[in-house]
Amino acid sequence: MSHILAATPSGTNTDSIAVETVFWILAFISVGAALAMILVRRAVHCAIMLAVVMLCLATMYAMQGAPFLAFVQIIVYTGAVLMLFLFVVMLIGISSSDSVVETIKGQRAAAGLAAIGLFLILILSIGHAAIGPAARTTAANNVDNINLTGLARLIFTTYVFPFEVTGALLITAAVGAMVLAHRERTAPKPTQRDLAARRLVSGQLAPDPAPGVYALHDAADRPALLPDGSTSELSVSQTLAPRDPNEETPPVRPELPAPAVTEAES
Amino acid sequence: MSPIHYVALSVILFVIGGVGVLVRRNAIVVFMCIELMLNACNLAFVAFARMHGNLDGQVIAFFVMVVAAAEVVVGLAILMAIFRARRSASVDDANLLKY
Repeated sequence: MSHILAATPSGTNTDSIAVETVFWILAFISVGAALAMILVRRAVHCAIMLAVVMLCLATMYAMQGAPFLAFVQIIVYTGAVLMLFLFVVMLIGISSSDSVVETIKGQRAAAGLAAIGLFLILILSIGHAAIGPAARTTAANNVDNINLTGLARLIFTTYVFPFEVTGALLITAAVGAMVLAHRERTAPKPTQRDLAARRLVSGQLAPDPAPGVYALHDAADRPALLPDGSTSELSVSQTLAPRDPNEETPPVRPELPAPAVTEAES
Repeated sequence: MSPIHYVALSVILFVIGGVGVLVRRNAIVVFMCIELMLNACNLAFVAFARMHGNLDGQVIAFFVMVVAAAEVVVGLAILMAIFRARRSASVDDANLLKY
């Protein structure tokens, strides 16, 4: 592990052909993935493209003598933040895609112009700035020539106050997320007695039948077969029922009759 | 590789993220584009740290990551609250303050 965590002596020997090749490959992949991210319609595909960009950037951090940041990038960004994004995408709806309708007239063109302007300004400014070659990392910064130790020393000495403020920020964010996710209950929670009374009134005392388990198909969205050969709609979860069967999972046994008779009626 | 290559790449990624924020309608995708911009800034910070030969830029990039994580948590919670109230994740539908 020490050879990974050791700070690479940046300078002449890192400017090898291999590093250059890896940089260009990663640069093209990351720019392509970023472009795909703003071009694809579905939010899930955007998240995958963002993961590609983040992994490329993590590799670049490792190439630039920042192995700790590379690991943090993979663990925190691609591991935690993107999973959070995917969770919200799943909650909001996996198939939700952007509308292509422009609500503000000429917004895309204006955005493109603004992007070109921003790009020119930034490129000109870094062209004017004196960005020299990589300097050799000083021994005072890298204790024992290990990047992690040097970072820890900096965080806990020079940057100890921002570090503490970061802790306060994280706590505030956690509390804020809990407050925002909290929902006031408008009706009192039904007790067990209420549920029992409701079940008696509904006329169906037993729980719903289990979904169908066939030799060819074993899935929760397949209805159970009744003794007379018809299917029972009651056995399919309400969440799965409205799913269009022709969308992705065609029924394995299409010759089954339509669920004319359900258990509630029989 | 000279740090200027990394800085140029970070500029390109930043601009792409900015375009995404401007043109996309889905609030989650807008968030992802903001993350892309933050990542581009981090790349520039790391490149500058390497250029100067000290670790301050890496520490700043680390702080940026922490703040980005906090921002994502709160932002996605807001998004969920809006989605619960309006059944939509589009930025065009959250327009109650307009009228």
